[in-house]
Amino acid sequence: MADATLGLWGVPIAVLGGAVRVSTPFLFVSLGECITERSGRINLGLEGTLVMGAMCAYGTSYLTGSPWLGVLAAGGVGSILGALHASICGLPRVNDIAVGIALMLFGTGLAFYLGKPLIEPSAPILPSIDFGWWSDVPQVRAVLKINVLFLVGVALAPLLVWALNTTRWGLILRTAGESADAARAMGYSVNAIRLRATMIGGFLSGVGGSFLSLVYPGNWNEGLSSGQGITAVALVIFARWNPMLCFWASLLFGGAAALGPALQSVGVSQGYYLFNAAPYMLTLLIMIITCSPKRTLVGAPAELSIIK
Amino acid sequence: MKAEKQPSSSAARAALDRLGDAAEYVIIPASALVGSLVLFGIFVALFNNNPLDLYFYMYQGAFGTWFSWQNTLTRSAPLILTALCTALPAQLGMVIIGGEGALLVGALAATAAALAMPSAPPFVVQIAMALAGFASGGLWIALAGGLRHYRGVNETISSLLLVYIALAILNQLVEGPMRDPTSLNKPSTREIGAANMIGTIPGTDIHWGFAFGIVAAALAYVLIYHTVFGFAARIAGGNVRAAKVVGLSVGPLILVTCFLAGGAAGLAGMVEVAAVQGRTNANLAVGYGFTGILVSFLARHNPLALIPVAILVGGIGASGGLLQRRLGLPDASVFVLQGIIFVTVLMSETLYGRFRLLARKAA
Repeated sequence: MADATLGLWGVPIAVLGGAVRVSTPFLFVSLGECITERSGRINLGLEGTLVMGAMCAYGTSYLTGSPWLGVLAAGGVGSILGALHASICGLPRVNDIAVGIALMLFGTGLAFYLGKPLIEPSAPILPSIDFGWWSDVPQVRAVLKINVLFLVGVALAPLLVWALNTTRWGLILRTAGESADAARAMGYSVNAIRLRATMIGGFLSGVGGSFLSLVYPGNWNEGLSSGQGITAVALVIFARWNPMLCFWASLLFGGAAALGPALQSVGVSQGYYLFNAAPYMLTLLIMIITCSPKRTLVGAPAELSIIK
Repeated sequence: MKAEKQPSSSAARAALDRLGDAAEYVIIPASALVGSLVLFGIFVALFNNNPLDLYFYMYQGAFGTWFSWQNTLTRSAPLILTALCTALPAQLGMVIIGGEGALLVGALAATAAALAMPSAPPFVVQIAMALAGFASGGLWIALAGGLRHYRGVNETISSLLLVYIALAILNQLVEGPMRDPTSLNKPSTREIGAANMIGTIPGTDIHWGFAFGIVAAALAYVLIYHTVFGFAARIAGGNVRAAKVVGLSVGPLILVTCFLAGGAAGLAGMVEVAAVQGRTNANLAVGYGFTGILVSFLARHNPLALIPVAILVGGIGASGGLLQRRLGLPDASVFVLQGIIFVTVLMSETLYGRFRLLARKAA
């Protein structure tokens, strides 16, 4: 019906709507990882944190009836996992990449274990704000139904730019990321700084996970996240460790992820599964274009293990 | 480091030290393993299960009977092969975690090879399947290695992204061009045919894939520790700049190593098709590739140590069914235990070299 009137225009509109919907987990995880990496440590375990966050948010929302408590619980679990990562990496001669992989497997395993009873019941989900009241076209209205969590993420990105660049806290964090020796010389404990940065990163990733189970797709199952967490980690590299660029990159990736369903909605079902892999291919392609074996990346924290 | 501390140490002392080091490599991971079993026992106790029952059923399910031994060894076959996918590049200092992708690509290619030659004798088909699986898996991981060397793309992230791309390709082909029209509920390719299956080792229910795994691990061990190629790879893994100074070409080293690594995981995919599933579908993506990462780290990337570790971890997987039936634990409990083991083993890395005295006594 409306498809016929919109014709192929339905595709870009659906992609735009998808970008807003799908990008939120990317946005939160990449902002969190951005903070962690700016302190000089990489946490690859955020995939596990995302899934744990999704499970906890759904469970808490189901048990208490309040989705906002669910978001908080997801953040709390995320920061616990972040603290675990940071304290293990704080031990001498432990590789942060390997610990990240281990926590990725541990987090997803634990979420599947604890989340078994949550597959059936339906929990209250987060509200959205309808910005499309002026339009008669259902697709446009669907696009403009924007979730509060997305708006929080949008506000968070410039806030983080400001905090990292101008506050005392941001300066200490960046010092630890650029030169651990300098931070030590100033009398700060590098491990303590990174512990806090990884916990904040875990908190945000957990909140990103709560979006998956409480907004879109809005339920809990074991196939909920398929690599969004790790894609977001790659996205931080693409965004040059800049929170504002993380925001734009998340939108781009959300749009790429929405391409398959958007094309299917206008009857193009050829290559549906390949279009689903579009964000991963895009990530890989962007990394190929922007990385170089000869120089380190502009904006890369000097203490980061994947840069050295 | 030791030489600095004891510049005048005698040969006997050095030999004792070496033994002490060897003991450390056994004692530390073993205590980490015991520690994780205790942690997992506490975890299930929190859910009102008796940890002693847990350990009993785990032992029963993994190594208690001839049946469970066979189940364990069958499961360890793909684990040895996918663990090689992480262990070989690790010699070069690379962290590859995309074994699952190479396994899926290898399975697809092996199936395609078998379906392409319907009238060839089984032996020819099996060789073609193995070659197709090996080559495709190898190219898949060599891509991650090449991107690392020529474009500076982080191989850990790219290899994991390639897993999701491989899964998408598999789904696309299984739902589309390669779909068997009679597979309604679970889209699959056509069967490769009973005659082309590689069968079991005589007298057992263990398929020949287990032998493939043992041979591959042994070959990898010889390659790394007893050839010039392996020596060069270990130099490059220790210090890339030093390797360049002595004239090693690091690029080909990385490409060949990654090709062999991915080839092993691709072979795991071929084995799963030709010995277990008989066709390709989404059933293949059960996480052997990811568990292989754990096996490799637990074995400290030593190809020979992969074999016992893979059997141990395969045993944990094999006991999952019994834990589900007898204790009502969810199937994910195996993943929780694997996660705990992985974390604990990495934490124990920090202990190496700290217990000189203890190591010497143990020797």
